[in-house]
Amino acid sequence: MSEKPLTSHIRADGVPLTLREYELKGGYQSVRKALAMTPQAVQAEVKSSNLRGRGGAGFNTGLKWSFVPLDAPKPKYLIANADEMEPGTFKDRLLLERAPHQLIEGMIVSAWALQADTAFVFLRWAYHTAAKAITTAIAEAYEAGYLGQNILGTGFNLEMHLHTGAGRYMCGEETALLNSLEGKRATPRAKPPFPQVSGLFGKPTIVNNVETLCCIPHIITHGAEWFQKLSLTGDAGTKIYGVSGKVRRPGLWELPMGTTLRELIEEHAGGMHDGLSFRGALPGGASTDFLVRDHLDVRMDYPSVAAAGSRLGTGTVIVLDDKTSVVGFVKNLIHFFAQESCGFCTPCREGLPWIEKILHALQSGDGRKDDIPLLELHTRLLGPGNTFCALAPGAMEPLQSALKYFREDFEVYIREHASREPITV
Amino acid sequence: MLTGEEILEIEKAIHVVPHRQAACIEALKIVQSRRRWISDDSLKDIASFLEMSPAELDSVATFYNLIFRKPVGRHIILVCDSITCWVMGYEKLHAYLQSKLGIRYGETTGDDRFTMLPNPCLGTCDCAPALMIDHDLYRNVTPEQLDEILDRYV
Ligand SMILES: Cc1cc2nc3c(=O)[nH]c(=O)nc-3n(C[C@H](O)[C@H](O)[C@H](O)COP(=O)(O)O)c2cc1C
Ligand code: SF4
Repeated sequence: MSEKPLTSHIRADGVPLTLREYELKGGYQSVRKALAMTPQAVQAEVKSSNLRGRGGAGFNTGLKWSFVPLDAPKPKYLIANADEMEPGTFKDRLLLERAPHQLIEGMIVSAWALQADTAFVFLRWAYHTAAKAITTAIAEAYEAGYLGQNILGTGFNLEMHLHTGAGRYMCGEETALLNSLEGKRATPRAKPPFPQVSGLFGKPTIVNNVETLCCIPHIITHGAEWFQKLSLTGDAGTKIYGVSGKVRRPGLWELPMGTTLRELIEEHAGGMHDGLSFRGALPGGASTDFLVRDHLDVRMDYPSVAAAGSRLGTGTVIVLDDKTSVVGFVKNLIHFFAQESCGFCTPCREGLPWIEKILHALQSGDGRKDDIPLLELHTRLLGPGNTFCALAPGAMEPLQSALKYFREDFEVYIREHASREPITV
Repeated sequence: MLTGEEILEIEKAIHVVPHRQAACIEALKIVQSRRRWISDDSLKDIASFLEMSPAELDSVATFYNLIFRKPVGRHIILVCDSITCWVMGYEKLHAYLQSKLGIRYGETTGDDRFTMLPNPCLGTCDCAPALMIDHDLYRNVTPEQLDEILDRYV
């Protein structure tokens, strides 16, 4: 049995542990240990653990932290990004609902390392069970002296608040999240300045994903080297992987980083439903490129998935079976991105609805002969570098890879139905 | 007019942030939780309480999916329409609700009981299709279960 530091203390019935129960399982040890270390030493440990952010981009957490000026005057902020709204992604829900103290512990240690004095959990509105669990856990942590003034007699102060959003995918983008916390529309900010220097209310700020923060207590308690050895590959730690779609046992599993896609789908998810076969999968949420049968043995870590032409993203796999329409699948994704686009920049605001219309026209036998080149043009115009944030390029990933691997599924509509003449662009 | 209770709660939210306007999303949610939606009058009252212009507050209110600037029913049905729920057949749930309640997305039943809205991924993809009514999440839903589920909301 491999080690499962993030989930092994979770009760089978899912009821979150009380603070006392959590302490009996070793909870909050890392707070004591970290507060006896210097903030620099805590940061160094995290950096050498090679922990990479679990929010999708996989940025080295210690390196990200190192840009926060330690001696800047207070306030300084730490934010847990619990806005989880990426379609097909459901991993943070587990950690929030069932292990709220682990997140708080990770946040206290991280806040110490960054010398932050105020922390927010930015939670999406729909996660009501999580809201209850986090509210109770924060209150217990205050009661026990892990939060508030003069924590454990060390002179360190940390206030922690829960903020629930009002529903918008863009709130998950870290600079849009900051705007939202400031009571504004959730549109992204120009970088630089980076949030580490000028973030929430213009103060130094770190935004980390829930799963990232949940790794911190274990890195501090057991050490960077131990954390690296949890993994099968060069990327450290365990990962909460998920599989959804028409598989026998959809679910979430904490496994060593670098577990293969095949093991996830065939072993943990129990393979495909009877009568269906695997056609492809988005490895890490809606904004990642398809992987196909040839990629089943790819190891699910950041460089391996990148080498296969996609991204590990959130590590929650969405499976495409052979009886589901590829064009319908991609249209559903594009519809989501078009709805959730913040409308701030033109390629994304105008391009996504246009793509949705093209896909709809294809499906309704109303396509044009040049629709595929037109879709390909969009994947370039909305690609990296042409838009203000990563939403639009992310939206292009499933589309461009579907056009690459499943081109025939698009062409068939045009061959059989497209009657209309090409337009010139 | 904001009620005393609303003011008290909004003050609490203001306390956490460095200036009043920063609490505006919280304030909208507080008022909406008591009045179901944000009318023009509520909007003006909240704006003046937070010392911001109604137009500025409206630009925020209309940005967020779950702040309602039109009247809604007593219960809100959020149908997850994202990818895994689509693969697992949420469209059947939507079609059933649409014909049973006689409303489309964004509409409210004549008796004011339900408003039905599409919602992005509810984050429970291993139990798709899913929907939410008010604060209650329903997973692995089949059309056959819907009558019994709807009966719980009067
Ligand atoms: C449109 C968009 C939505 C995002 N949503 C989330 C989210 O819900 N949760 C999350 O942790 N990161 C999300 N991210 C990534 C964040 O911007 C950020 O990279 C992440 O929170 C950093 O945390 P990490 O370094 O711990 O991974 C999103 C990014 C984009 C572009
Ligand atoms: S890419 Fe889309 S979501 Fe991002 S800033 Fe531009 S319009 Fe907004």
